[in-house]
Amino acid sequence: MAYAAGVDVGSTQTKAVIIDEARRIVGRALAETGANVMRAAETTFQAALHAGDLSEEAVEFVVGTGYGRYKVTFGNAQVTEISCHARGAALLFPNTRTVLDMGGQDTKAIRVSSTGEVVDFCMNDKCAAGTGRFLGAAAVALDLPLAELGPTALRGERAVKISTTCTVFAESEVLSWLGKGKKIEDILLGVHESIAGRSIGLLRRVGVEPEVTFTGGVTKNRAMVEILNRRLGVVVNVSEESHFLGALGAALFALDRIHAGRAPQGARESA
Amino acid sequence: MTDTAQVAGIVGRGNEAGARLFREWFQQLSAAAEEGRGAAYVFVMGSLAELLRVFDFPIVFPEINSLQAAVRRVAHEYLNEAENYGYSPDICGYVKADVAVQLRGGTHPMGKIPKPALAVATNACNTYIKWGEIWERMYGIPLFTLDVPGSRGAGLASPPGSADFEQDRRYVEAQLRELITLCERVSGRPFDIDRLREHMGHANTLSAGWRRVLELNRSRPAVFNALSDGTIYLGVANGFRGAPEGAAFFRDLVEEMTYKAEHGIGTAIAEQWRLLFVGVPCYPIFRRFSELFTDWGGVFVHSTYLWFASGGANLGFTYDLTRPLESLAEGVLLGVRDAMDSMFFQTPALAEMIDTHRADGVVYHPIKSCRTVSTGLADTRRALMALRDVPSLFVESDMMDRRVVSEAQMKNRIDAFFEGLATRRHQGAAAAL
Repeated sequence: MAYAAGVDVGSTQTKAVIIDEARRIVGRALAETGANVMRAAETTFQAALHAGDLSEEAVEFVVGTGYGRYKVTFGNAQVTEISCHARGAALLFPNTRTVLDMGGQDTKAIRVSSTGEVVDFCMNDKCAAGTGRFLGAAAVALDLPLAELGPTALRGERAVKISTTCTVFAESEVLSWLGKGKKIEDILLGVHESIAGRSIGLLRRVGVEPEVTFTGGVTKNRAMVEILNRRLGVVVNVSEESHFLGALGAALFALDRIHAGRAPQGARESA
Repeated sequence: MTDTAQVAGIVGRGNEAGARLFREWFQQLSAAAEEGRGAAYVFVMGSLAELLRVFDFPIVFPEINSLQAAVRRVAHEYLNEAENYGYSPDICGYVKADVAVQLRGGTHPMGKIPKPALAVATNACNTYIKWGEIWERMYGIPLFTLDVPGSRGAGLASPPGSADFEQDRRYVEAQLRELITLCERVSGRPFDIDRLREHMGHANTLSAGWRRVLELNRSRPAVFNALSDGTIYLGVANGFRGAPEGAAFFRDLVEEMTYKAEHGIGTAIAEQWRLLFVGVPCYPIFRRFSELFTDWGGVFVHSTYLWFASGGANLGFTYDLTRPLESLAEGVLLGVRDAMDSMFFQTPALAEMIDTHRADGVVYHPIKSCRTVSTGLADTRRALMALRDVPSLFVESDMMDRRVVSEAQMKNRIDAFFEGLATRRHQGAAAAL
């Protein structure tokens, strides 16, 4: 049995997924990326091996993805997370035509073909507003753990208007709303609405075609999922694996290489 | 001469000669500055250099000065100086770098820039006019604004010979006569129509050569990279328009490119992908920006930049030297109008470029500094994609300001674009089996 692995080194978290030849996930792991990117890639990969009860030798091909993809020093090839999220989303939800990936520092809107290939894509530009980092800034300002943000926002009734387009200034805007006596729930609802609005702007640039699959770390935030559903007028695809779809896509590219006898295909061997 | 000897003597000489001409040009400008000679400040979209040379003005292209500062990786020093003086970060980086050059008394990374004696701007770019007004205020020099009527619709809605065109041509010619009077007053030299003929003759050779060079890049592999090599040739086309050196350069360049096309000699890399470039290059990381594409085997075979920033030389228009002023007006009208068309009616021309240059993809590069060339690119991209089934990439940065150039993000997008191209080719090959 051949195994393939994908390691997605993101700005905030690193994810590793190992699949078998039937494209089933046999091991996965997640860790904070931190300052030592190479170590994060290695330890997350090792944790995924451990979860799958596999030895390193059992994995024939490793593809690195994410901003730290070239730091996956044990990897055999690199593929961008844009291609990987599209590929992973198409495996889990075969009718996916649009992908919204909301990660720690960037958000991507990706239009995909019926075969899961990238047709067009658009990303936030040089600014972390509309990404997970924006939520992080709000969490700091409100002194709440990240996991509490979604449930708290869902209790909001009248979203405040977050007008800043800067993550740094968002923190001071949140504080100013607190100073005006607004409820934390309404402020957080406003933060979520603001992020969703910017993400939908990206989606509109590539064209929103159902089904829409939501990927990345923010998929765990129930408030964001509900707001996207309401504002897009569709039910976005989300699963327990949504956080791992970039790594899963990378593992699928790795499996392609194994099947193709390592012949160049969708991505090149190295930078 | 053997093939090897020919390769040694011909291939690559355009790039070498272009670099040498640039160095010499800036040396001459430095000498003019030391002598206190006043220069003619002009812009690439309608420089009128062939006319200004009649009065022996040193020709200064502030746009080229600014981009040279960026290529030499010191643009931030100039931008900061202009911003400290009071200019907004949102203003065109070319303008701010020039303001800093003026504030420094002409000090520039390539030498010293002489002060202006007059400035000539067309209306091809709205910023040109406001930029010229800065020099008016700084130095009390005259700014001559040549108002060139634009196209009335996509393409040449009023072609040469039509009543509308003749009316527009006469309007431009009348302004040129006013400019001549101004130049006589500022330079203290009388107008000499035979010298104008001579400079227009050199411009004819240059324009014909530039057009031919652009056509030769239809070859597979492409004979030059429109983003890197092309920018060198473009600089010569602007800086040496109407000069014998410019004419000689393009005669030689046509010979070089013809030789390369006939012998199947491409650029320095193995060509995998033929690309079109829309917009202005990313000068703060000029070489690296190009490498982000060439690392994947991507070669730019054409670019709107080589079109709109060449002052109409891309058209290969030939002046009629028997009626110089009338013909100069006609050439300026056609050239500047074409530059404006490149911004406002670019879609049909890009579709044609895709066909003639057999492009695999189109790269759009909107820049923060220039709303004139960037506004509307998202729309024109959609329009082009509706006309041609060719993938495109939209990657934003700036031509001057390193603060808005994020190399990691740029690389990510570019890599994803090539992954998509590769997959598309792979699927196409599989479907053909």
